Amino acid sequence: MSHSSIERFKTVTDRNVLALQEAKQAGVKVVGQYCIYSPLEMALAAGAVPVSLCGTKNDSIFSAESILPRSLCPLIKSSFGFALEDSCPYLAASDIVVADTTCDGKKKMFELLAERKPMFMLQLPQIQNAPALEYWKEQYESLMRHFEQLFGVVIGEKELRSAIAKANRFRRALKSVLDLARKKPSPLSGMELMEIAHRASFVPDWDKAAELLEDIAREVGASNESPFSASAPRVLLTGVPVGLGSHKVVKLLEDCGASVVCLDNCSCYKKVRLMIDESADPLTALASRYLDMPCAVMSPNPNRYAYLEELASEFRADAVVDLTWQGCQTYDVESWSVKKFVREKLHLPFLQIVTDYSPADTEQLKVRAEAFLEMLR
Amino acid sequence: MPVAGVDVGSVAAKAVILNERTKAVLAHALVPTGWNPRQAGEDALNRACSLAGVERASLTRIVGTGYGRIALPFADKSVTEITCHALGAVHLFPRTGVVLDIGGQDSKAIAVDADGSVQDFVMNDKCAAGTGRFLQVLSGILGMDVRALDEAAACGKPAEISSMCAVFAETEIVGLLAQGAKPEDVAAGVFRSLARRMVSLSRRIACRGECTFTGGLASLPAFVRCLSSELGVAVNVAEQPQNTGALGAALIAAR
Repeated sequence: MSHSSIERFKTVTDRNVLALQEAKQAGVKVVGQYCIYSPLEMALAAGAVPVSLCGTKNDSIFSAESILPRSLCPLIKSSFGFALEDSCPYLAASDIVVADTTCDGKKKMFELLAERKPMFMLQLPQIQNAPALEYWKEQYESLMRHFEQLFGVVIGEKELRSAIAKANRFRRALKSVLDLARKKPSPLSGMELMEIAHRASFVPDWDKAAELLEDIAREVGASNESPFSASAPRVLLTGVPVGLGSHKVVKLLEDCGASVVCLDNCSCYKKVRLMIDESADPLTALASRYLDMPCAVMSPNPNRYAYLEELASEFRADAVVDLTWQGCQTYDVESWSVKKFVREKLHLPFLQIVTDYSPADTEQLKVRAEAFLEMLR
Repeated sequence: MPVAGVDVGSVAAKAVILNERTKAVLAHALVPTGWNPRQAGEDALNRACSLAGVERASLTRIVGTGYGRIALPFADKSVTEITCHALGAVHLFPRTGVVLDIGGQDSKAIAVDADGSVQDFVMNDKCAAGTGRFLQVLSGILGMDVRALDEAAACGKPAEISSMCAVFAETEIVGLLAQGAKPEDVAAGVFRSLARRMVSLSRRIACRGECTFTGGLASLPAFVRCLSSELGVAVNVAEQPQNTGALGAALIAAR
């Protein structure tokens, strides 16, 4: 099944690297970002382009292991490996990398990365309350001052507001695509949802990206086709981020007959679930919206459960699969509480899958995925 | 009319022939898997057919399971060993609430309903920790087959084995032997470490009802005693515990 809007989106996003280089030659500054807690709006307000950085491929892990411990999570190793090999064009194009102290593994890796690349570290609090928000807002303010100095610009309320509006438009557009999967059966596979979100995070022209996504939402929304039968079990995938190259569990679930309807992770739905309040004080609005992200590094992490409950009902999920990257302690430990919540409160079957990026355990994972789907029948 | 279930595991291929209507077992067979899962499945099935005195062609339905399930061209359907072990165990012991299975390359704890349907399950991690592979490593070091290990472990005082990883456990065992530990104590120690691993796995699912232990290791009396004592409850063990998956597959074929 092909939709011309998706084909167009793919053609344009195939040129992401070229487009970024063209923009750079025209004098545009590039800000590379790793984590969902780093605000895209700050780069946009500084007149720069925020882009995601590579970290979803297995290939670069081998190089990373010359420095990082093997037992570390594959996402951290992959990201660092790209930096060591200088094989991520987005990282190469970045004038600065904005990162945050999300988890222990990341923050120590970022210390090593800082030896190779200009970086700005945001010190992320691990609780979501008023003093933490105050502190987080100060972190954003320092980032703003840093950008002003680095790029020789002044960032005022006007710039922030227009950046928020731009990012919100993009968010709304991506959300309208991801929300297509609420329909039963879903017109898009989980693989397509994942790929669209992944590609969209590397588009240098944000308005263009929003336009293309709006087209997809319109075209696919009007069609009645679906790659699934109405009886395909609908899986809500929660947990760690997934992108092209680290998509094996999404593919495996769908190869075994499931329809992954929502990816509740920071590479996909967490990005778009909430808009930034456009009427409030911009810096406060940004800090509070980003701090609310339910990553497992937060302690406690109440929003994780609130999201799950909401998404399971909105996407009419039949089951929840929690994906954990091997070595990611916070998501691995939290999985126990998530399981309890999903089984006892949502009354849905639950499966945790712990794996890395390599294909070595494909057959073993297939047994788990197939057995889980047999359980749903 | 007869039906068949074929379970091709990493160590052995098992086949069970059932009477479709009465669900009575007509015959069962077990052959080592070796390097060719497809041939092993074929051999197990042929042997079971000849023991039952039925023609292959007269089987109305064949269900394949186990890691080699996708390699069986003759199977009408393939179902995972999780579903099959659950059905097989509940068929043999109707009050089963939990099925524990230790296979050659993975181990699992399965919570089941009265009708044998799976409610929840957990499996070991990616590595071979807590699987039958663990015993194969020990058997290689001590130069004893698995039966002899069981007899040795029965009279040993468990040595402390802390490693869960099959590779590191090997290093640890070699170290213990170098320090003069007795083989029977090492065997008893490995049994206890494996049993404890199963206990922690089973605690990850909500357990109720009786516990049924399936898979090849369930035919080792000393290991079964060790597992029961670590679990704190008696476990059900079938006469041919390694056939439980194939039996479950045959029950699906008989539906």
